[in-house]
Amino acid sequence: MKKLHTLLFSATLLMGVAAHAQLKVEIAGVGSNQIPVAVAAFADESVAPEQVSAIIRADLERSGVFKVIDARQTISDTANIDLAAFKASGADALVVGSVQRLADGRFQVRYKLLDTVKKAQLSQLSDAVSARNTRLEGHRIADDVYEKLTGVRGIFSTRITYVKQDPAARDYKLVVADADGEGEQVAAHGREPIISPSWSPDGTKVAYVSFETRKPVIFVQNLVTGQRTVVANFKGNNSAPSWSPDGTKLAVGLTKDSNIYQVYIVNADGSGVRRLTNSNNIDTEPQFSADGQMIYFTSDRSGGPQIYKMSVNGGQATRVTFNGSYNISPRISPDGKTLAWISQRDGGFSLYAMDLASGQEQRLADGATEPSFSPNGKYIMYATRGGGRTALAVVSVDGRVKQRLSTQAGNIREPSWGPFMK
Amino acid sequence: MRNVKSAAFIVAAAALLSACSSPKLQEAPKVEEKPVAQAPTPPADTREIRPVETATVDPLNDPKGVLANRSVYFDFDSYAVRADGKPVVENHSAYLTKNTQRKVLIQGNTDERGGTEYNLALGQKRAEAVRKSMAALGVSDSQMEAVSLGKEKPKATGHDEAAWAENRRADIVYQ
Repeated sequence: MKKLHTLLFSATLLMGVAAHAQLKVEIAGVGSNQIPVAVAAFADESVAPEQVSAIIRADLERSGVFKVIDARQTISDTANIDLAAFKASGADALVVGSVQRLADGRFQVRYKLLDTVKKAQLSQLSDAVSARNTRLEGHRIADDVYEKLTGVRGIFSTRITYVKQDPAARDYKLVVADADGEGEQVAAHGREPIISPSWSPDGTKVAYVSFETRKPVIFVQNLVTGQRTVVANFKGNNSAPSWSPDGTKLAVGLTKDSNIYQVYIVNADGSGVRRLTNSNNIDTEPQFSADGQMIYFTSDRSGGPQIYKMSVNGGQATRVTFNGSYNISPRISPDGKTLAWISQRDGGFSLYAMDLASGQEQRLADGATEPSFSPNGKYIMYATRGGGRTALAVVSVDGRVKQRLSTQAGNIREPSWGPFMK
Repeated sequence: MRNVKSAAFIVAAAALLSACSSPKLQEAPKVEEKPVAQAPTPPADTREIRPVETATVDPLNDPKGVLANRSVYFDFDSYAVRADGKPVVENHSAYLTKNTQRKVLIQGNTDERGGTEYNLALGQKRAEAVRKSMAALGVSDSQMEAVSLGKEKPKATGHDEAAWAENRRADIVYQ
């Protein structure tokens, strides 16, 4: 009983710490057909700085895919478990585990995923992690649960980058955080705007646009070494970088030749710049297709902005969006099947998704700009305005699950969702 | 006839002068004695002038001058220099054609509505409209660079039409 009290106290303390985190999750809608999963407290998990089972529970709940049932007890991965009892409580699966402090200061985290219907073990993991990686380990276990129960790779251990700005104080930061908004780290910091961050496919670099020389210039920054490379600093504007799927090239928007935005392809080190579009109108916001063979971009060649696509080798552009007079910011899903973009309809800016095969459109969220797909293609993060400031929100591609990552201070915008990490 | 008129004028003038000066004549004028200055030897021709440049103020730095206005405003969804912006363009073009060593960055801006990158492209169209107008007035391409800040550096931070109008603007920034 005393031990339980200590455990509860530790849990409360940890939750208190979590409440101070930079972003908070608010689930505004819940999907139907949720998978009921019971998550037990891990044996001895209070020895670690983060409560692993609480992280797993929060991740699974946030996904909208699961109905998380509190197991109301601590169950070790080595315990003899009455799965029938959990089945009776409505859980189709059960997550159990343990944490052990190792002599070298690391923590051994063990977990098992059990099927209460088939009375079988579905998965298990055992990893030794440093104190600061116990949160990451919780995300990895949640990823494993998600993948084993849905067949789709989880995104809880991925990271996001975004811009946090306070223009009045002339304070602009490029921030990297976990996908749930925890563990913020400042990657770049300055007194002029930073916009349009884009993760390299290998997750080690971010391309972005900085105004530090009083005009937009494209940089690629190695997140590990902090080394920055100027990718495009031509006369006029240099912006809208996005990576090719193989990470060797960037598609960018430049005004160097015709004083109006045109799409160019440039090597990731800034060499070999090549003009792709050749129009007298705005052509910008290029994005590679999933197979790297096509470029989607925004152009006002028909009057207002619409989304077009063309081969990376040039040629004729084909119009993709037709509804509404203002369609911008194309993003292609990792499987190449879905286009997400921002459309202005009835005054406001909304996030739409289109099945590229059928052309079928779906409105996913209102008050949205700057969308970014999760690497498993199941979610889209975007910037949204509310309460006089901008924040980040996430919606599932079927539109059924919505969350808002709200901040306590500062304007947060320009999200880019990072890739799966090895 | 003409001589008679002249003579009459002289007589009248003399009478007037004597009438005016007569009371002063009653007081003996005080004569101050001054040492006689040694007169320098005059140059050969004193009518020759050597011109001197006075300290000039660069009209660019005159806060009340026409060049102090460096902003060109645009209508909503428009990328054409309005009538009220033409004098601004003309004044700076005149200065730049006379001062060919000076260079300017023309920064286009938009209001806060819409996407980040598309607004950069729209702001570029505003900067380009100003650049083109100045090029037409003879300013060299090498003196100008048109860029855009999009919606990222709003001069007015409000979220109403007055703020948006203030931010639909291109600024001429001297380097």
